[in-house]
Amino acid sequence: MQLKSRHLLGLEGMTKEEIHLILDTARSFKKVLERPIPTVPTLRGKTVVNLFFEPSTRTRFSFELAEKRLSADTVNFTASASSVLKGESLKDTIQNIEAMRIDLVVIRHKAEGAPYFLTRCVNATVINAGDGAHEHPTQGLLDMMTLREKMGKLEGLKVVIVGDIEHSRVARSNIHGLKSVGAQVGVCGPSTLIPREIEKLGVTVYPHIEDALQEADVLNILRIQLERQKGGLFPSLREYRSLFGITKERLDRTARDITIMHPGPLNRGVEIDSDVADSDYSVILNQVTNGVAVRMAVLYLLAGKRAKF
Amino acid sequence: MTPLNGSGEIGKGLSMKNILLVDSTGGFLFSKIGKQSMKVKSELMDGEGITRTLLRLTHEILEKNKGAKNLVIVGIRNRGDCLARRIIKHIEEIEGVQIPLGILDITLYRDDFQRITDRPLVQETDFPFDLTEKRVVLVDDVLYTGRTIRAALGALIDYGRPALIQLAVLLDRGHRELPIKADYVGKNVPTAFGEEIQVKLKEVDGEDKVLLLGPD
Repeated sequence: MQLKSRHLLGLEGMTKEEIHLILDTARSFKKVLERPIPTVPTLRGKTVVNLFFEPSTRTRFSFELAEKRLSADTVNFTASASSVLKGESLKDTIQNIEAMRIDLVVIRHKAEGAPYFLTRCVNATVINAGDGAHEHPTQGLLDMMTLREKMGKLEGLKVVIVGDIEHSRVARSNIHGLKSVGAQVGVCGPSTLIPREIEKLGVTVYPHIEDALQEADVLNILRIQLERQKGGLFPSLREYRSLFGITKERLDRTARDITIMHPGPLNRGVEIDSDVADSDYSVILNQVTNGVAVRMAVLYLLAGKRAKF
Repeated sequence: MTPLNGSGEIGKGLSMKNILLVDSTGGFLFSKIGKQSMKVKSELMDGEGITRTLLRLTHEILEKNKGAKNLVIVGIRNRGDCLARRIIKHIEEIEGVQIPLGILDITLYRDDFQRITDRPLVQETDFPFDLTEKRVVLVDDVLYTGRTIRAALGALIDYGRPALIQLAVLLDRGHRELPIKADYVGKNVPTAFGEEIQVKLKEVDGEDKVLLLGPD
């Protein structure tokens, strides 16, 4: 069993078998991370460039650690400290970097489709670390890994994603991935932040958080970005919290065992309360640990796949 | 990538151009190769033979290490771990002590990643103990090129600094490509390149048997 594509651009179109292959491989890598020496020599001699055109701590750090644990050589690129400021285009930037002989590119960019664009300019394998509001496949995978670990399976699980679905790449990757492995997916949030016709992806829309809480096994709570409120998409953070915020009270009232996830960074007291984020319901820190293992699995499975000419 | 039924180090003779490193642990034939049909040439061991041989290896291990003190047995996936379990059981019968089992997956330590494009499945390595200052007996089914053992040594060292490492194999078929030698050998079997040794074990294959296969 191998992955079909030599790039990871998104979870859309990925089969159940491919997803489980990545998660199984990640489980083995998680064991490696628990050893006294958590490094393996597998990707010795491979060079990975982390191209981050958007700010990121967690994802970039996680990718970098995964690359180092596999003994790959890594180069970091941050837009704010590069010739991009002098007006160099994405294509020129990447072609210059590739001329230095690289094997893999990890890219985060604010424009949807930037990773796909790269696959047409370079021979290296491209891994999407988040492109605009399109996809963030490794986040979707690490969410599924965490769920599979906690619940023992993914098939039949009811996962509700809460928050700003419209602008969220995490939501899209989760929807595609979870649907593919046979989970049921719902979304919940202010109607201005729910994309129109999202039902066509096979997703249930819950206008009220109480309804979602009655049915969900898992809540994946998205970060509310302050700039969305300034853009007039919802009246105030306080109102958001009172209608959609996940509080201990709300959870207790359902008297159900609901697993809480959040891709970070947390806005404590807005979309999630501290006593929920730090409770036994929460698997937020497991998500971070699993992030490194999932990225190692993806790098391992993709490195070495060659371009077809 | 086609996982093979039996084990044994399959390899070189079939078509030198296509075959990359294929060993007992991975047990992979890479998909492009197309396996040549092989027929059974002879049965090298039956179930009782395997049991008797393992019992002798166990006695040799205990003799050389003067008992089971500080001893740990580490089996290499996918069949070395079954053999390791059996040796541990024999030690328990003889010495009355339970010694720890480690299971090693060497996939991440293979030396051919620059050459292959398909990725073998990474399985879990399981060491429920600290290796430091332990006497480690590494167990595998077939010793062939020695590359699997080289990889296993690399992996072991990343878990700690054992007092010593010894190697026990059920069969040694020759054709070494590295300076590696087993401390305990069940049976020496001179083979040709095109031949293949298939080890079948109850735990994985439902029966105990060692077969010598050759090109049809």
